[in-house]
Amino acid sequence: MKICISSKGNSLDSMLDSRFGRADYFIIVDTDTMEFESIENTAATSGGGAGITSGQMMVDRDIKAVITGNVGPNAMSVLKAADIDIYRGMAISVKENIESFKRGLLEKIEATVPAHSGLGINGGQK
Amino acid sequence: MRIAVLSGKGGTGKTTVSASLAASLESCQYIDCDVEEPNGYIFLKPELYQNISVKVLVPEIDVMKCNGCGKCSKVCQFNAIAVVKRKVLVFPEICHHCGACTIACPNDAIHEIEREIGIVEMNGDETFLHGKLNIGEPISIPIIQELKRHIKKDMPVILDCSPGASCTVVCSIEGCDYCILVTEPTPFGFHDLKIAVQLVRKMEIPFGVVVNKASDASKIIHEFCKNENIEILMEIPFSREIASAYSQGILPTHSSMEWKEKFRELYKKLERGAAK
Repeated sequence: MKICISSKGNSLDSMLDSRFGRADYFIIVDTDTMEFESIENTAATSGGGAGITSGQMMVDRDIKAVITGNVGPNAMSVLKAADIDIYRGMAISVKENIESFKRGLLEKIEATVPAHSGLGINGGQK
Repeated sequence: MRIAVLSGKGGTGKTTVSASLAASLESCQYIDCDVEEPNGYIFLKPELYQNISVKVLVPEIDVMKCNGCGKCSKVCQFNAIAVVKRKVLVFPEICHHCGACTIACPNDAIHEIEREIGIVEMNGDETFLHGKLNIGEPISIPIIQELKRHIKKDMPVILDCSPGASCTVVCSIEGCDYCILVTEPTPFGFHDLKIAVQLVRKMEIPFGVVVNKASDASKIIHEFCKNENIEILMEIPFSREIASAYSQGILPTHSSMEWKEKFRELYKKLERGAAK
């Protein structure tokens, strides 16, 4: 099964990024083989609609579940429409989050955080 | 002559300056372009009769014609469209009404529908106008454009801009003959003044500075303006009297003839500055 984790870096040892739409990287992992691919999130620095574009990315890549910290309202609409499950990861490495996910320890996210939560200082720009 | 009043920082005194100027001139048109929180009406007390609803065009998808190809989502520069399982999701609040999706659609499945984002209100002879953006709407440009459609050509026009140096301000000052940059002698005020100066220079509009809440600290502004060869048009002192009257909706020009005279002189300076 293909899942995606929002991440601060581009490897399995990177930390989880608690933002979804404006995460720095997305790590796509096949949970059966543990093969992974990292994508830099080009939407992270967009002026608006980061969640929508990130959500669209998940849909286009046929992701079945997403592990992240928080999901905004627009991203939630896209992921819900595509029946992608969202799980709340912890502030630990991507690899550890995947292991927790496999053991069914992660809780599902049903509620959104307010729009623009992931913007932070300097409008999310690094 | 069209005069825009702007400043980087909110609460610097744009409305004090623009409304005082409007109140001092015999005839002029006052346009409050700060559509997120217009407050010029508190001081100028116009009787508003007409209101115009401002609508924008947003896409609507004809599900019978749409085959979910996703071209609309790819062409959207503002990420306002997602295509999920061959179904198109439109996020109208993010839409910038450019119409690209309509053009990109190969199946003619997108048509545009109107959506109200705010209103423009004005008095009987259209000498006072302001716009009001609906709560939660992020894009105010169409309202400013509607306001600017009513600009009079036969009298001075004063445009009270929104804080900052963003799209709304650019849209407001476009086509103006002169810009008044209001600032205050604080580090924040000074920082934003420098940005505002860059903006008006880039747009090649003549400008001058009004220092509000002037005090001993005004030295930083004076030094900067001297080095940059910018004219300081006027100084409004940091005064408890002015502030307390302002809090009750009374402009300095309402309470004293002296200030009225000062603002008339300011206008003369602007005429000279714009002619340069």
